[in-house]
Amino acid sequence: MSRVPAAFEPAGKAPRDGKKFALRFWSNAHSRGMEIIYAAVEKMLHIAAPLFKAIGYERLETPVAALEATIKGALFDCRMCGQCILSSTGMSCAMNCPKNLRNGPCGGVRANGNCEVYAEMPCVWVKAWEGSKAMEHGNKIMNVQPAIDHRLKGRSSWLAVSRGAHE
Amino acid sequence: MEMSAVHPHDLGPTPAAPLPELPEHSSRGRLERVLRRGEFAITAELNPPDSANPDDVYERVAHFDGWVDGINATDGSGANCHMSSVAICALLTRVGYSPILQISCRDYNRIAIQGNVLGAAALGVCNVLALTGDGVQGGDHPEAKPVFDLDSTSLLATMKKMRDERAFLSGRKITDPPRLFLGAAENPFAPPYDWRPLRLAKKIAAGAQYFQTQYCYDVPLLKSFMQKVRDMGLDQQAYILVGVGPLPSAKTAKWMRSNVAGVHIPDAVIKRLEGAENQKAEGIKLCIDLIQEIHEIAGVAGVHIMAYRQEESVGHIVSESGILKGRQPFRRAFATLADSEMPPSSVAMGQVLTPA
Repeated sequence: MSRVPAAFEPAGKAPRDGKKFALRFWSNAHSRGMEIIYAAVEKMLHIAAPLFKAIGYERLETPVAALEATIKGALFDCRMCGQCILSSTGMSCAMNCPKNLRNGPCGGVRANGNCEVYAEMPCVWVKAWEGSKAMEHGNKIMNVQPAIDHRLKGRSSWLAVSRGAHE
Repeated sequence: MEMSAVHPHDLGPTPAAPLPELPEHSSRGRLERVLRRGEFAITAELNPPDSANPDDVYERVAHFDGWVDGINATDGSGANCHMSSVAICALLTRVGYSPILQISCRDYNRIAIQGNVLGAAALGVCNVLALTGDGVQGGDHPEAKPVFDLDSTSLLATMKKMRDERAFLSGRKITDPPRLFLGAAENPFAPPYDWRPLRLAKKIAAGAQYFQTQYCYDVPLLKSFMQKVRDMGLDQQAYILVGVGPLPSAKTAKWMRSNVAGVHIPDAVIKRLEGAENQKAEGIKLCIDLIQEIHEIAGVAGVHIMAYRQEESVGHIVSESGILKGRQPFRRAFATLADSEMPPSSVAMGQVLTPA
């Protein structure tokens, strides 16, 4: 019996098949390298803060968000939640979880490590755990993440880091 | 059975009233008291009716009377529509039972959830269980919008804030906070196995005081999970109730493991059922054997019996497993006898609701 699968966010993008190559899986498998790059980017964002402030954060919002969506979209299938926690989730984007879980896997993970909702997609949190184990600060996965702020959707996390708006 | 065997702390001035205050207890419910006393607790899951008739709830729950310390009111389990968990809990508190309000993040946002938590507490609910919720794809309304505004961990943190900081997530003050015993779920039988004990720690950090696990049919896997839990000292920080349930037949067991999310049933269990003359009886026997094995594992505080469509077997399972050891959990008949046993001062402490 064929069944219409559950809605996927955003519509039009199919859930990733774990058997096929995707840059998201590559980035996750190289989480340690990504962690080093991320630390460097973060440092640069802090250094650039006075410049960004001079130009104006709101003026920068649209172009920077577009740039961030392109780069992180390619590398992580980023969903632009606007409050990035990739470095706390083994470089596996939590917003790809169909239940949008930001604190760990649900109890429905299949025995093969795939998602309860999309049987062909590896569980985002199984990948997050693998990625975290390879990272220097992988224990950040144990931080309790607060409830998501839906107002930030589509906004740049990079600018938020530069502003020091979050850790 | 001796009426006096019920613990005096477990009876209130009226069936519907919260129990008299006890120091260090975060709730005024019976389940927390049983667990804090170190007794092996028993909870059971109620299969909610597809009707608007309260008698359907009372008939089903009658099978648990005198055998359990808490009754779970499921919240659209399997993403199927049934009577709401808040309403079932309210019906149960009216007659003195100690319900566990299951809250699934699938169906409500944070505004609805926090409102429901206050409402449930006002109706006498003392125990909650924070759940992610099964995906809508598996239920009877796969076309529904999945909400998932909070996740189970941020839901725990939200309820802890409401109780301890007397505030909503927004920071707005709550004048009379909900006195809740906070619970969470864990599934030691799903990957990533080595993270599951750490996830337990994370939920404890967010506010979980007790856990109920998914069905256990694999005791060695549970033992290795509990070993790590004990090594981390987590069994000293929260009570762990292990999920069990009778399988009606080998065929159902096979169906469950391939169709119900998160259920792991080893081949040996299916073989045992297949080899039995009466599979239903063997399923009950298997459940009793599992409870006895689980009871021996250090750090396990109780069992959670999910006897789906076999509620009538719960009394037999509890009695045959011998885990009560002469203890008498609450019976509805006790509630009406409580008046004479309670000191008069305790009446003033309870908010008396209108009895059913």
